[in-house]
Parts: sequence; structure tokens; C-alpha cells
Amino acid sequence: MRKYYDEIARIAGNVVTVKAGGVGYDELAAVVSDRGTSLAQVIRLEGEYASLQIFAGTQGVSTRDKVRFLGHPMQMPFSEALLGRIFDGSGRPRDGRPEIDAAPIPIGSPAVNPVKRRRPDKMVATGIPMIDVFNSLVESQKLPIFSVAGEPYNELLARVGLQADADIIILGGIGLRHDDYLKFRKTFDDGGVLGRTIMFIHTAADPVVEGLLVPDLCLAVGEQFALQGRRVLALLTDMTAFADALKEIAIIMEQIPSNRGYPGDLYTQLARRYEKAVDLDGAGSMTVLACTTMPGDDVTHPVPDNTGYITEGQFYLRNGRIEPFGSLSRLKQQVNGKTRDDHRAIMNACIQLYALCRESREKRDMGFEMSAWDERLLRYGERFEARIMDLAVNIPLNEALDRCWAILAECFEPVEVGIRESIIAAHWPAAPRAG
Amino acid sequence: MTGRIVAVFGNLVIAESADRVVQNSIAYIARGDGAKLLCEVIRVRGRVADLQVFEETRGLRVGDAVEFRAEMLSATLGPGLLGQIYDGLQNPLPQLAEKAGFFLTPGTYLPGLDGARRWRWTPAVQAGAAVKAGETLGSVPENMFTHKIMVPFGLRGAYKVESVAPAGEYGVEDRIAVLAGDAEARVDVRMAQRWPVKRPLCIARRRLLPAEPLVTRIRIIDAMFPIVRGGTYCIPGPFGAGKTVLQQITSRHAEIDVVIVAACGERAGEVVETIREFPELVDPRTGRSLMERTIIICNTSAMPVAAREASVYTAATLGEYYRQMGLDVLLLADSTSRWAQAMRELSGRLEEIPGDEAFPAYLESRIAAFYERAGQVELPDGATASLTIGGTVSPAGGNFEEPVTQGTLKVVGAFHGLSRARSDARRYPAIDPLDSWSKYTGIMEPERAARMRALLRDGHEVRQMMTVVGEEGTSIDDFARMLKADFFDNVFLQQDAFDAVDAAVPARRQRFMFGKVEAVVDCDFGFQSKDEARKTMVAATDLFRNLNYAAEDGPDYAAILGRIDAFIAQKGRTQ
Repeated sequence: MRKYYDEIARIAGNVVTVKAGGVGYDELAAVVSDRGTSLAQVIRLEGEYASLQIFAGTQGVSTRDKVRFLGHPMQMPFSEALLGRIFDGSGRPRDGRPEIDAAPIPIGSPAVNPVKRRRPDKMVATGIPMIDVFNSLVESQKLPIFSVAGEPYNELLARVGLQADADIIILGGIGLRHDDYLKFRKTFDDGGVLGRTIMFIHTAADPVVEGLLVPDLCLAVGEQFALQGRRVLALLTDMTAFADALKEIAIIMEQIPSNRGYPGDLYTQLARRYEKAVDLDGAGSMTVLACTTMPGDDVTHPVPDNTGYITEGQFYLRNGRIEPFGSLSRLKQQVNGKTRDDHRAIMNACIQLYALCRESREKRDMGFEMSAWDERLLRYGERFEARIMDLAVNIPLNEALDRCWAILAECFEPVEVGIRESIIAAHWPAAPRAG
Repeated sequence: MTGRIVAVFGNLVIAESADRVVQNSIAYIARGDGAKLLCEVIRVRGRVADLQVFEETRGLRVGDAVEFRAEMLSATLGPGLLGQIYDGLQNPLPQLAEKAGFFLTPGTYLPGLDGARRWRWTPAVQAGAAVKAGETLGSVPENMFTHKIMVPFGLRGAYKVESVAPAGEYGVEDRIAVLAGDAEARVDVRMAQRWPVKRPLCIARRRLLPAEPLVTRIRIIDAMFPIVRGGTYCIPGPFGAGKTVLQQITSRHAEIDVVIVAACGERAGEVVETIREFPELVDPRTGRSLMERTIIICNTSAMPVAAREASVYTAATLGEYYRQMGLDVLLLADSTSRWAQAMRELSGRLEEIPGDEAFPAYLESRIAAFYERAGQVELPDGATASLTIGGTVSPAGGNFEEPVTQGTLKVVGAFHGLSRARSDARRYPAIDPLDSWSKYTGIMEPERAARMRALLRDGHEVRQMMTVVGEEGTSIDDFARMLKADFFDNVFLQQDAFDAVDAAVPARRQRFMFGKVEAVVDCDFGFQSKDEARKTMVAATDLFRNLNYAAEDGPDYAAILGRIDAFIAQKGRTQ
């Protein structure tokens, strides 16, 4: 029986400070108030006082409430029984079914030793040409989708989750709209993958701080499955909400903000989560695909900016399409040399030409005369957008490459596309040029 | 010297001690479960010492014991450093993995050098010789180098060799010499010695003005924005512009003796690439694995922040050590912004008054002091050696006006600014030729490089103007000049890092190509129409690109070169 402490000295924001000795840093506590019991975590020790962040918020907490320290950091029961289950941000069942009875694993394990990581080399086929051809997704990659409110980023996330071939899918929702949660559940149910999915859902209606734990819970569970040799795909949405929760706590703790109110360790906090993506040498892997909404469509906002420096590329989702500019998969070079010999050439040529097409469009929009070359670029751009960029396109990689060649051949002469002769000779479609 | 924890906040621990506490000395915290966590004293106020802990502080309690040591945070220097993969505190990661498995368990430390390994020692001095700190006592072979064993750098004054071990096999902790000082003091010398990482290590007659080009085999750097042995340079750029790829290519192809890669607060995956690839890559200059000349210091973003701050200093110390041996060393730090952020995190916890963007006020002086550790020196034995430092900077929002970029630009000799516009257009390496600069002279005569820079500027201006007046409002001469600028950009500045031939171009071939490109640029084509101009330059670009992909001893090289010469002779009436 552990001791109760009831000398709460300070309640501010979601943090309470309690007089308590012998408490470990990062330790978990239960705060018992009239509203019931809520979990809290030690975030500062100072002499006899411990500051706790209360996941359910401090509303209704009184200075006479009881705090009981659990003697361990945050944990989550772990077993195969997690599959098909849905939990909330504190790891309690959300689906009305009983608690998992299994040995707990700690949340927030240390970093993986870099020498125990494998070099990622397996492509994850998604059927989306803008990903497969131009920015291939690779197993164990960490990749965010940069988007803005109103774009179908959750749909894209669900589609990748469904089409990518992973042993286990873990969905972490932070500040998720309830509708979106139901949609995810329906998509996975219809796709028949619900049985190998685990969801940790924190909705917009739940206390903000509870969302802080969602990435850690997802990644800790995913890591355990990866250690067992499984290939895990973790989907996190929306990481901006996570960062905002961090900001809230930092400000309450009177930390000096570095940029737009976010704490100076935002980079480290995000990196500790994203870096859990791993291909373990001699075990399984975890791929992390996350959504980051950009407030005001501003990529220099601290959250997308720090994220971009951490992740292995990013997809920009704008106007319902994955933007070819700015979108990047840093690991694509590990896999696209082993697909088809023309993959890289097509990838570079199509994007360079599309960039030129955009320049021509600008010229046209300003009312300048279009040269014959401009006209060709414009024609190319339209076809490329309709037949490759559109998110509705769902074709395998080789078909997508052939389609790119066809579009090039319809619009250009072989010397104009900037692809080396040997590849042109092997792949340029024989059919006569269409007008 | 012991104390007790009184407060814990993030990686900052405050401890009380009645004993003497030395600023910047190290200490160990005994966690409840017996693990000992390394930390460093960073501030002392009365009996209270602030410690930055190099590990996660989870599980620490108020009242836990702190054991203060007299030593400062130090690196172990000696044979066996090359080819190692260390964390920021010089723990060898492969050995840690053997001991602790997949995870970096807090409190697990291992010696930086393998004590069991034997080295073939050849003494170079005899008993009775007079020696000073940094002078050579003997040597052991380490990979392709002769690793000099030197008189401990920390010794002050003159010493006499009292005895020296005969030639034979020894471990790094075996005594290989005894030195006698003036005051009866005896010093046992072992192959391994320790040096505090935050103190520059430089025992030299004088520092030289660096002037020898350091060939990276990257055209845009060597020909346009060169770096030199002993110089400093920085690569700022927004994310996704290719900083790390550029660093990786440099670490692979640079013509230098030793490369130290400091992966500081960046992605683990990138380090893994180097770790897995380098042992298999052969350095054409030595015929041996690249790993044999490389040391990797890796403190990736998920590893503890305080050790990230230490990692760049550890890397600099190892670089200085090999410079002391007469070698040319290149230190690549990726990214210095993460190091600066580590300082910022700590400064915030210490509640120091923040400067710009909450960075501490001493940010600039710390950056300057770090880059000042580079330099070409004349060693006491007359040999020249150098340490070159290249650091990437990751400015928030890609905006170069931020404190870390600005603080760095003030102290470096070359600036390779990466631009998102160029990387979006797949123009790699995405070094912006209009913004970047170098104070050094590289493999091309400065006036020839300057002429090409002028061409690029003109081309840029024409393009800008064309967005206002349109193609029809641009004169054919201006238009041709713009196309020539594009041509130079396409075939010379851009380089395909994933092509076996184009990835690394030796200085001789670069000079040759530069000449050919100049010949085309100097042609007066006498274009009649813009379409004709465009067609001609597209054809030239295509020819040169194919030449770039052709190996000099390959079957196509001579043929493509012939076509290029014919093109120049036929199309251009040289002015």
C-alpha cells in the first residue's frame, strides 16, 4: 500500500504541485478527486515538491485531493490481444471491452542503438504514382503529410494504411474529430484490416494533455511488435495537435518559449517520437506516417519546420493532390535503383519538365506570347496532372512508368526530355507521336 | 566529493555539495536502481551545482547521491580511433550493442579504445632524450597511417626520457615510456591519453594561412566556391535541400587523409547509411576501405540532448589529435543548429536571459570558438597538417537571417547556401550559385570562375526581366546569354550524385570540362531565332551531359568528345 499525499500547493493550468518526498522523475501518479481518479506524470522535482501534469486536466482538483504515486513511469499492457482493440489517450479501452490483462511495457524507451538498425531497402507499394514513382515510400521510413485543414489528409493516410502491406497497423489520433475517427474505423473495417489494427484515439473532446501520450503509446506498442519480428505501420494524426499540447505544458511550466510560444525542445520532443521508426537488424520494422497540418499553410511554422528536419522527407497535400515540388522521400534512392532501370530517369525528367511547364503557365497567365516549346510544355503539364498526379489514379509502379513514357512521347522529341541516350533507346515508345 | 540531488527538471539536475566543486568537471549520479549516470557541472552557485545529465533523467529522485570527479569531460586519444563509431561521449556503439542489445540503456559506458588490441610499437627516442608535450616518442601502424605516440599534451615544461619500451606488441594501456620532469616527478606514458574535449588541442610552431585547395570532386565547390585545407565552411539550407547528401558525398570523395563525421542531432537513418556503406566502399587513392580513414561520432536526434552538445567537441578533439600527427583531417558536422539548440534547451532550463529566438547570449562566441579549432599548422617537427571544418546549418523556416546562420557566416571562409528553389527543380547539388561565396582560391583561376559567375548573374537578370517583358520583349543576344548561363548550370554546376562517373570528378577532368564549357559559352552562334537558339543549346547540353556520364576510359568518351569538338567548330564562329 503506497502512501497518499494531500498537500497540493499549487494548481495552474494542467499542472499541480504537491509536497511529496521520494518521488522519481517521470513517475506516474493517480490524483483522486471528487470527479474520480486521473493519471498524472511527474515533470519537475524541486526539493520537497513534485510538479505533476494531469492528463485529464485540473478542473475540479482541490488542494485537499489525494495524490498516490505508482512507483513506475507510464506503462501499457502488451500482448497479441491488443489487435483489433481501440483505446483512449491514457491507454484505457474505448471500445467497451475489458482491460487487457498482460505484462506491462514501459512507454518512452531509450533510443535504438544506430548500429542495430538495418539500412532500409524495401519499397512500400501504395498504388499512388506520385508516391511510388516520384517519392517512393520505404519500409521503416518516417514521413509526414504536410497539409491544411480541409484537405483529405486523413483519407490519404487511411488509403496508404489499407494498401500498404504491413503486418500490424497502429493508428494514433491526437485531437481527432469524432467523425474522422469513425471514418477511419469504417475504412479499416471495409478493407478487412481491423483485425490487425490497434487504435489509440484521443478526440478533440478529450482533455488536451491526454493527447500527449498517444504517440508514445502507439510507438511503444509498435516497437514491441517490431522487436518480435513484425512489420508495423504507425499512422499518427495530427502531430500539430501534439505539438500544441506540448506548448501548453511548457508555458504553464514557465519555460522560455523559443518560437511562437513553442518550447525550445520541440525539435527534440518530436524527434524522440519520429525516430522510433526503425528497421531492426534481426527483427521487424516500424514505418511512421504522420499528418502535420500547417497553420495558415505556412511551412515555416515551427511544427512543420521542425518536423521537416526530423523526418525522411515529406508529402505536401494541396488541392487534393500530392505536390511534386517540395514533396520528397529521402529514402527513395535506396529502392528506386532496384525497380526498373528507367525509374530514376523518368522521375527526374518528368519533374524537371513539369517545373518548366509551371514557368510557361506563369508566362501565359501574364499574357506573354507562347513559343512552340511553351505550347508543348503546357500540353505535357495537363496530361501529367490528369493521368499521373490525380489522387484517384491507382496503378502499380511499372504501369505508371509506362504511362509517363507515353505522355513524354506524346509531347516531346527524345532529345528534349534530358534523359540519357541509352535509356531513351530502350524505353522511348515506338508509337508515332500524337498531336 | 559527493553531494545530493535537490531538484530535477528535464536533463538538468541541481545538486548540493559541501565539498569543492570544479566548473565543467564531470560527476556521476547514482540512480535508485544502481545505474550511474554521467553529467557535467555547468554552473555553481554557493553550495549548489547545476548539472547537465548526458542521459534520460527518468527515475532520479531528490536525495540521490552525486559523486563529483576532478576530471573534465575528456576524450581518449590513441591508436584504434579510426573506423570507430562512437556516441557523443565516445562510447563505441557496436560494443554497446553487444553489451546492451537494441537499446542505448542509460548508464552503460565503455572505454573509447579497445584495451585488448595489440599494436606493433616502434620507439623513436632513446633513454636520455629531452622531450616536450606533443613530441613523438614512437609509433604504431594504424591502417594506412603511421600513428605517432606523442608525449602527453597536458605536460608542461621539459622532460627527459627515463626509459622507453623496446619494440614489440603492446596494448593502449601498457606503459611505453617513463618521463622525468624537473621536480622529481615521474610520468608514465601509455599509448592512450586523455584530453578535455572543450579545450582546443593545438601544439604547433605557428598557424598558417590556409591556401591549399581541398578537392571534394564536386564541381560547383571545387571550381566555383572552393574550400581549402585548414579552412572552414558552412552549408545552410532548408530541410530537403540536400545538406546531408552533400556532406555524405564530401565524406566519401574528398581528397584528405582522415574524415570525421559528426552526426549531431540528426536522423539515425543517415548515420546507418554511412555505417553500412563505408566499410564496403574502396578509397581509390589508397585502395582500402573508406571506413579505415573515417571516424563516426553519432549522437542522433533521439539520443540525449546534452551528449549532443558534447559530440561536436569530441569530434573536434579527435580531429585535432590526428592533425597533431601530421595528417590532413576533415571534420563534417551535421548539423550545428542541433548543437546550438541543445545549448538553447539548457540555457532555458538554467533560466538565463534569452537572446534572439531564445538562443543564449553566448551563442555566437561558442560558434566562433568551435570553427576556430580548424586551421593549417606547422607542427613542432616542421610538418604541415590541417583540420578543416565544414558544418551544416538548419535554419528555422529556411530563413538565413536567424542567429545560428548569422553567427556562423561571420566566422567561416566559405558559404555554400542551399536553395529550396534549386532542389525543387532537381538541380543538385542545390548550392545557390548566386548567393554562395568563398574567400579561398580553388582549382580554377579566380578570374575564370568570376567570369562564369558574371554569366550566371546576367542569365538570372535576363530571366527576371523576361517575367516582366516576356520572351518577345527580350533581345536575341540577352536570350542567348541566358541560355548559355543555363547551359553552364546544367552541365557543370549540376552533378548526378547517383551516377558512378559523374558523382566524383577529379580536379584534372574538372579543369578540362571547364575549358570546354568556356569554349561553348564564348561561341558567337549568330542565332536568327529564339527557337533556333534554344534547340542549339539543348543539343549542347545533351552532349555535355552524356560526356559527364562517360568514363574517361570507357567506350563512348572519345566519340562524345569528338561530337562536342565538332559542335564547337561547326556552330560557333569564335569571337
